[in-house]
Amino acid sequence: MGSAAGLDGNESELARLMRAAIAGDERAYGEFLRRVACFVRLFVQPKVARGGIDPEDIVQETLLAMHMKRHTWRDDEPVMPWVYAIARYKLVDAFRRRGRRQEIDIAEIAESFAGPESETLSEREIGRALDTLAPGQRSVVAAISVDGRSIGEAAKSLGMSEPAVRVAFHRGLAAIARRFGQA
Amino acid sequence: MDTNELIETLAADLRRAAPSLDSAWRGAIVLAVAVAAAVFFATLGPRPDFAAAAETPRFLFKFMVTIALAVSAFGLARALSRPGEDWRKRLPWLAAAPALIAVAVVLELLVLPPDLWAARLIGTNSVVCLTYIPLIGIGPLAVFLLALRHGAPTRPARAGALAGLLAGGIAATFYAAQCTDDSPLFVATWYTIAIAGLALIGAVFGNRFVRW
Repeated sequence: MGSAAGLDGNESELARLMRAAIAGDERAYGEFLRRVACFVRLFVQPKVARGGIDPEDIVQETLLAMHMKRHTWRDDEPVMPWVYAIARYKLVDAFRRRGRRQEIDIAEIAESFAGPESETLSEREIGRALDTLAPGQRSVVAAISVDGRSIGEAAKSLGMSEPAVRVAFHRGLAAIARRFGQA
Repeated sequence: MDTNELIETLAADLRRAAPSLDSAWRGAIVLAVAVAAAVFFATLGPRPDFAAAAETPRFLFKFMVTIALAVSAFGLARALSRPGEDWRKRLPWLAAAPALIAVAVVLELLVLPPDLWAARLIGTNSVVCLTYIPLIGIGPLAVFLLALRHGAPTRPARAGALAGLLAGGIAATFYAAQCTDDSPLFVATWYTIAIAGLALIGAVFGNRFVRW
């Protein structure tokens, strides 16, 4: 699937690492994630080259989603089709959240008529958006988007783990995007 | 946070593993059937002449169709809940129930005099059918949407629609034990509308609540 060509030699090794990871081997898991991150990066980069999306965001979202959904991999199946399916989903999701069609050409034409996209929101709009979130998500999104803190700083100041902050941030943004339409 | 840091944090977070997707689906099926059975026996219950009806081919055929739908939709919904699984190869199975009903409709039209066609198609229970199949199926649909959330469907709307067909198949199997309209003409019309309604609800909710 996808750009899996030439990865066959890696497949069984990656599946072995993932099985070890699921059995609780953190070192194997770290190794698995590092290798998979490279493949996902290669897969994502050419696709977002002109889409105004940071490919590393997609890589991180894919890793995080793989982590949260690792129970959906069946350990007698190849692992890379599973990885690419998740990466593709996160890629499509990123385009969707940005309110862009995957057909960049059409989007470019539309933009050339519409003028530059305004990405800034008024403070009132931000406040209203934050108010719609659950308290936990609100403090995380406010710390990162409004106060401009890093994930690490936000985690420290809120007493949460970094993955938890990433998840809350991601969900909070997704909730705002849903509520305010995708335009 | 850079990617290497994220990897370190994720690797350190390996302890709690969620229950496997297969066991989640097994639990979902048991719970969904229990919910459907509870609603069915609390509201309708089997028809009084159930034992006699169970010896007529039209009555038995209803279960063939609804169970075929439930089984094929289950396989596909489960495949759709797992990233990278080849759900397309299961797609032909979904044609089993429609094919069965198509053959039965043709046979019914052959054996039935044309002046009875309309009466059998309209039947006497269409409103009950359109009410109770969704009513029995909505609980199972909620259970299956939760199972999908536990999984990772890369096509949430489609997976939700299949969850609706699965819930519809289960609900229709129970409902068929009560309904006295056994003609394939009735089944092909009203069951289809009721089950399609559940599939539509499943697609809408799948699209909204199953994203991850």
